[in-house]
Amino acid sequence: MSAPTGITRATLLKDLRLEWRSKDAINSMLFFSLLVVVVFSFSFDPSAEESRAIAGGLVWVAFLFAAVVALNQTWAREIRNQVLDAYRVSPAPANALCVAKTLGNFILVSILETLMTPLFIVFYRLRSIGPAWQLLVVVALGTWALVVNGTFFAAMSLRTRSREIMLPLLLFPISIPAILAMVQATTAILGGEGARFWIVLLGTYDLVFTTVCLLLFETVLNAE
Amino acid sequence: MTDAAPVISVSNLIKQFGRFAALRGVTAEFPGGKLYAVLGDNGAGKTTLLRTMAGLNRPSSGTVTILGAVKFHDICQQVGYMAHPSLLYDEMSGMENLAYFAQLYGITGATSRARCADVIRTVGLNPDLARPIGQYSQGMRQRMSLARALLNDPKILLLDEPFSNVDLHSANEMVKLLARTRDQGKTIFVVTHQAALLEGVADEFIWMEFGKIVARTREFKAPESTGESRR
Amino acid sequence: MKRAFPIFGILTAVLLAYALYQALVVAPTEQTMGDVQRIFYYHVPSAWTAFIFFFINFGASVVYLVKRRPAADIIALVCAEVGVVFCTVVLITGPIWARPVWGIWWTWDMRLTSTLVLWLIYVSYLLLRRFSSGGETPVLAAALAVLGALCVPFVYFSIWFFRTQHPQPVMGGGGSIDPRMLHALLINWLAFSCFAFMVCWSRYRLETLQRDVDQAHALKSLRDPRGSR
Repeated sequence: MSAPTGITRATLLKDLRLEWRSKDAINSMLFFSLLVVVVFSFSFDPSAEESRAIAGGLVWVAFLFAAVVALNQTWAREIRNQVLDAYRVSPAPANALCVAKTLGNFILVSILETLMTPLFIVFYRLRSIGPAWQLLVVVALGTWALVVNGTFFAAMSLRTRSREIMLPLLLFPISIPAILAMVQATTAILGGEGARFWIVLLGTYDLVFTTVCLLLFETVLNAE
Repeated sequence: MTDAAPVISVSNLIKQFGRFAALRGVTAEFPGGKLYAVLGDNGAGKTTLLRTMAGLNRPSSGTVTILGAVKFHDICQQVGYMAHPSLLYDEMSGMENLAYFAQLYGITGATSRARCADVIRTVGLNPDLARPIGQYSQGMRQRMSLARALLNDPKILLLDEPFSNVDLHSANEMVKLLARTRDQGKTIFVVTHQAALLEGVADEFIWMEFGKIVARTREFKAPESTGESRR
Repeated sequence: MKRAFPIFGILTAVLLAYALYQALVVAPTEQTMGDVQRIFYYHVPSAWTAFIFFFINFGASVVYLVKRRPAADIIALVCAEVGVVFCTVVLITGPIWARPVWGIWWTWDMRLTSTLVLWLIYVSYLLLRRFSSGGETPVLAAALAVLGALCVPFVYFSIWFFRTQHPQPVMGGGGSIDPRMLHALLINWLAFSCFAFMVCWSRYRLETLQRDVDQAHALKSLRDPRGSR
């Protein structure tokens, strides 16, 4: 089925191109991410030994904030001129749109994380005792978990009042197991312990929720 | 060249939004190859009817049959839809917008470029214009929006307020284009408040009031209020 | 059907009274914790009841997504509301129990923590229903309910593993349980379930009536549009 992947690719490229052109959204998100790291550093004293122990959790809470900011603008361009109507009347499958938006958010949030991570490492003098490549796996799986649910809930929030508060309100409770896994895995790896259980849990979570979000996206898009 | 069989038939269509009934039982048949103008006051149900035909609203009860299909998705390749918001991305140029939407209809590559340029020229715009359409005048934007609706060479066009806020020149150009399109055998539905523009061009005027069709006339002449809408 | 409701109500009241008697009088006093432990007979059955009703919510939501039956939507709504109430009971009785026994208000005990997450998920479900308007509410809510229900196993697994790594005081005791305590526990669970069912039933009738009123207004608007503006 090359048509849906073609549409996914076209949608993703269009979104990236538009993001690159305006740069408004990404610039403010980058600055917000920086602010979050700085505020955390003031709130959780990096020099204190305890802060180093919870650094894994701090990093992920910061990533979560950045992700919510990114997710809230997922459909901003589509809402402006009711573009989703054009999508719905076309033969294009809703899944293709869902995958494209999720990938776009994944890239966007990854960029934000790439900015925030060196800052955390520097401020908190983080060193990983465990293998660093495992950390990359955890970050990838964790980010995907946030983004796949977040994109879905962003589409759901389109039909609600107080759209921007609905997104985190729906996203956070369901993400709790994933967040616990991300934080525990990160802390374990930083401390040189095994994180296999958490990585497997995250992987399974990603699989299950990606599948369900893809299955239900068309229903949510066409709800009226 | 007129198709005798109805391309769209609507049977006892009812659409309720909570307590408000936007469509209160619309039954009609629309033979193909004609240009229909749908008129009525605000809240008469014109937009709801069009959106239901376009598969964007699910009817509370009743059916819509388009080109023999009950599910819109089966024949969506053959229908073009346009509404008052442009349904385009303000930040991209005309060609870029159309190239993207062409993808949704399975038109890609060199065929896509040729088709998009062609369709843009048909509506009287310049395909090489690199300006983002957010900077277009309303008339140009509506024409580009119409171009998007024509991309897949649809048999049926559903247009919701295409002339809204459009300067007279652009509007007249669009009307002429619609007439030409109708002459090619397509069926066109235009919901509009500016029905005078379609006088002499539209094959039939459909008058709606309070969620029902109250009259269908060949001339642009408001029917006497029959009191039928109260029933 | 109309007769059944008051009869069932009376039976439930009797059962609840009997369960109270069992919990406060018949069940033996626990060795280490004393009479405070009796809150166990409220804490645990509430959790089980909440869980059952959330499960019914999941089933009703799936039925709605597949068949689009309005009754399924009402059942889903009603079960979520009752489930949240019982979750709240768990979350309140937990600290009441923990404080005298362990000196802390909250333990990250498995049941308490899982219930908290469930409570959050289903409160967000109720908020979604409140914040969305009109025709799409049932569909969106059903989709969220499916996601929430699928999340539950992950909640339990993650907290279970977390607890094995970071052991916390366990509420409700492990190991074997005195048969009289088990008896009291099960009676209370039955009583709570009946009570929850009664509340669901009333709420279902209330919601159905509300929708009938809305439908009557809508039909009136169908016939005479002018009055409805």
